[in-house]
Amino acid sequence: MMTIEEFGRRLRAREITAAQVTDQCLRRIETDNPRLNAFILVMADEARRQALPSDQALAAGRDRGPLHGVPISIKDLLDMRGLPTTAASRVRDGHRANRDATAITHLRQAGAVFIGKTNLHEFAFGTTSEDSAFGPARNPHDTARSPGGSSGGSAASVAAGMALASIGTDTGGSIRIPAAACGTVGLKPSFGEVSIDGVVPLSRTLDHVGPLTQTVSDACLVYHALLGDERVTPPAPMPLHGLRLAVPRRYFCDLLEDEVRARFESALDRLRAGGAHFDDIEIHHAADIAPVYLHIVLGDAAAYHATALETMPERYTPPVRLRLEMGRYILAEDYVRALKGRELLKREVDAALAQHDALVLPTLPISAPPLGANSVEVGATTEPVRNLMLRLTQLFNVTGHPAISIPSGRTSAGMPCAVQLVGCRMQTDALLRVALTCEPHVSSEV
Amino acid sequence: MTIESWLQAAIADAERRGLPDLKPVLETLARATTALRAADFSDHADK
Repeated sequence: MMTIEEFGRRLRAREITAAQVTDQCLRRIETDNPRLNAFILVMADEARRQALPSDQALAAGRDRGPLHGVPISIKDLLDMRGLPTTAASRVRDGHRANRDATAITHLRQAGAVFIGKTNLHEFAFGTTSEDSAFGPARNPHDTARSPGGSSGGSAASVAAGMALASIGTDTGGSIRIPAAACGTVGLKPSFGEVSIDGVVPLSRTLDHVGPLTQTVSDACLVYHALLGDERVTPPAPMPLHGLRLAVPRRYFCDLLEDEVRARFESALDRLRAGGAHFDDIEIHHAADIAPVYLHIVLGDAAAYHATALETMPERYTPPVRLRLEMGRYILAEDYVRALKGRELLKREVDAALAQHDALVLPTLPISAPPLGANSVEVGATTEPVRNLMLRLTQLFNVTGHPAISIPSGRTSAGMPCAVQLVGCRMQTDALLRVALTCEPHVSSEV
Repeated sequence: MTIESWLQAAIADAERRGLPDLKPVLETLARATTALRAADFSDHADK
């Protein structure tokens, strides 16, 4: 499937129409969704109703900018006026949104065509997208494997060419994890930049909205549309020579599958060969990241779900219900300790970035796990899948730093690997410039 | 509340509520809470 940039060029050269590309996406959904289960709702009629006037407007000289006529899928956690927001849960039966989420309003203003709402891990509370009231989403590269989560349907829809981009949410890695598992780009902007109004929360202090796309340039275009900037062009990449990158090896590179490590190191070698400068740095309290994250996310999620857990517990999938119930036992004193740890971790990541353009680390320590796996062997140890999936991403939800996942080759089994770049808080555009620079080197197949 | 007494109370409450499957999950949480309380950023009035 073409990128958003290519779509825009060809649309404005009158080589294609939005209606044609929308139809291509809908045909791909018809063919592939039965095996991938990426969509909860396919909006075929509405997408066609949007695409036609979009072409007419362009022909009449009314161009809304880079997302004009672009077919986009939406994680079914964001409100769209007149439609249910299922959050992949029976708890939401009967819901119908009476207005758009702010992010959706911005995309409508930018002229995007909404192709459908995508499957996810129930209430975004999981990393594999298999606990869903609508059945598991599947990885386009191997349908026996998870597409990652929680925005698994979003990543699968982009990787399989069912949409040119998707909108996901990220509370512990839920954009970057599925992007890495499915071989797409996934951007978690800096905390607070993209509105979470109209999004079903997991944790209001960790939730982010962002794009999953095929390229960094496309991520830049969708990110700006989400902000309400309609006419942005991607920034120029900066020179690779002299780029200062920091690698947090301890903890973040301690537990990697062999092939993931090999792809990561070869990506670093290519960047080094192009003139990038690397320093090894340390996040001193890295070992405390998981306990800090767990106490914050569990406490916040339990507060939101407490009533439904009492009145309709049977409507949750059993694993998600158990995790939510666990949160109801968090003590206030431990939540406060976690908030203190969060401030310390913020300062440590800020310090690591003070002399560098970005941190660079793998996005996932493993390739996409088999559906149904509770644990995975990495070297000599066996680890719970959830711990591994969150291990390298959750820190930047705790601290709010912007982070982007870029594909970096595949394993011998053909499963995608990915590199994660992390930038300074409230400087997502600067991170995108670094990512544009690194992308051709990181993404080169060995 | 010590983690041991918290865990005992939590498991008893979960069983009373008909949620025996919570026991291993609570034990996992207890390990995470132990790590959190042992972290050097946690303040203690006696230190």
